[in-house]
Amino acid sequence: MKLLVCISHVPDTTSKINFTEGDTKFDTNGVQYVINPNDEFGLTRAMWFKEKQNATVDVISVGGAETEPTLRKALAIGADAAIRVNAEAIDGHTVATYLAAAAKEGEYDLIIAGRESIDYNGGMVPGMLAAMLDASFVTNCISLEIDGTNATAVREIDGGKETISTVLPLVIGGQKGLVEESDLRIPNMRGIMMARKKPLTVVEPATEASETHSVSFEKPAPRGAVKLVEADNIDELINLLHNEAKVI
Amino acid sequence: MSVLVYTESDQGKFKKAALEAASYGKAVAEAMGTNLVALTFNASESSELGTYGVEKVLNINSVNAFNAKIYADGIKQAAEKEGATVVILSASADSRYIAPLLAVGLKAGYASNVVAAPSSLSPFVVKRTAFTNKAFCNTEISTAVKIIGVSNNSFGLAENPTTAQLEDFSPDLITSATTVTSIDKANDKVTIADAEVVVSAGRGLKGPENWGMVEELADVLGAATACSKPVSDLGWRPHSEHVGQTGKPVATNLYIAIGISGAIQHLAGINSSKIKVVINTDPEAPFFKAADYGIVGDAFEVVPKLIEKLKVFKAQNS
Repeated sequence: MKLLVCISHVPDTTSKINFTEGDTKFDTNGVQYVINPNDEFGLTRAMWFKEKQNATVDVISVGGAETEPTLRKALAIGADAAIRVNAEAIDGHTVATYLAAAAKEGEYDLIIAGRESIDYNGGMVPGMLAAMLDASFVTNCISLEIDGTNATAVREIDGGKETISTVLPLVIGGQKGLVEESDLRIPNMRGIMMARKKPLTVVEPATEASETHSVSFEKPAPRGAVKLVEADNIDELINLLHNEAKVI
Repeated sequence: MSVLVYTESDQGKFKKAALEAASYGKAVAEAMGTNLVALTFNASESSELGTYGVEKVLNINSVNAFNAKIYADGIKQAAEKEGATVVILSASADSRYIAPLLAVGLKAGYASNVVAAPSSLSPFVVKRTAFTNKAFCNTEISTAVKIIGVSNNSFGLAENPTTAQLEDFSPDLITSATTVTSIDKANDKVTIADAEVVVSAGRGLKGPENWGMVEELADVLGAATACSKPVSDLGWRPHSEHVGQTGKPVATNLYIAIGISGAIQHLAGINSSKIKVVINTDPEAPFFKAADYGIVGDAFEVVPKLIEKLKVFKAQNS
């Protein structure tokens, strides 16, 4: 089984979010980058397929040279080879188009991406990729088993979950649940050493493919100070929620 | 030219998110000087959509179970039939599943998590949340057909009463090798996605056996229950209740956080909620800086009192 894991290079979840150039660009100053958490759950599940079902696992990312440490980390965790599409990830459609071109080339059976990146939160790359490849598609995926060319996936729905039976080739929008937080792997020294020798191929994108772009950014208005209510004055809280906030 | 909204229903009842999407669609249609058409699956009744400004309803009756690809194909064919230049969906799990498939089908640019009506029609610019609610991004969609995913509880419901004409629509739909084999869903519970109030609790509750009062408070308020990341990691509550950056986003009118300190990742996930109430023993908990109302106190004393007082309040105000 050939498996491709799509990796987005995103600011660490604790990052302070600021903008520059008249609020038109994300301020990368002092920001630590990580593998997008939703992708990391998928990568860890891919390691399980590699170890138990002899899958080969490639990782891919769309971005400039600055994203390579993130791909190297994925290699150190255990992926076999990495591909970097040398282009700016202008929007979800751009990323999906470039990933689809690479995926066709590699003839993958299973492609796992995160359900969304934690920076732009578009939530569109896995679905667009599936549509472009005419592959099966399950998003918000919290469990995945492969048996030959059949797959069983569990999808989180509003208020519950559903079990889906489908076939390969398959694109997954993954999230926590594919593996548990405690299953995530920290690269060890041997993994890091081996990652340096693993192939990281840089490919140039075919054509420009953006359909949307970010014009400007805004930060939420700062909120007023919290109104504290005494613990023995619950009536006051109910009064504020009813008469002032008008939410009950 | 028209605006098309996909109005999702559950067991014959339109979801609130679908009515909000219709309200949004009406605002766009008015700005563009055109009509609002809705696409439904298995709807028998359309008058509720008329209340929110839908003039025509295309209903597909030939599909029994939800399938994202088949639904996307149905919506695509409706958009083509109506010459829709803007297609609106809600932020429900199913709509988010469908939207990117539809975008490729219609060669349409797609903006998700949109929180306000377009600030400009030409160029077409919408405001969406990004960086998990830590910022907004004004996004231009440059394709001829545009798809908008409207965030829950952002635009709100807006009544624009008209008469919605119900029309049967029977396009030839694609087939799919994907089937749902089982659904595990509590039908009597309010979901986080649909809730106007969410009651959430964290490690301050000390153990899963203490969630009775959280559920009771949620019951009194008609709220959904949620939890912090450590609580779901510890297995005290199911993952589906985990809200925050790597869990579910919450955009409700009222979010009550009990025994949650307020890590930056949690706050990001709930930032779009309008009113936040925090109950915590630690006055230094970061959540107090992000909340509108707060009680410094022991949840085990405050919550039962709050339940009791709310019951009285509800009895008097219903």
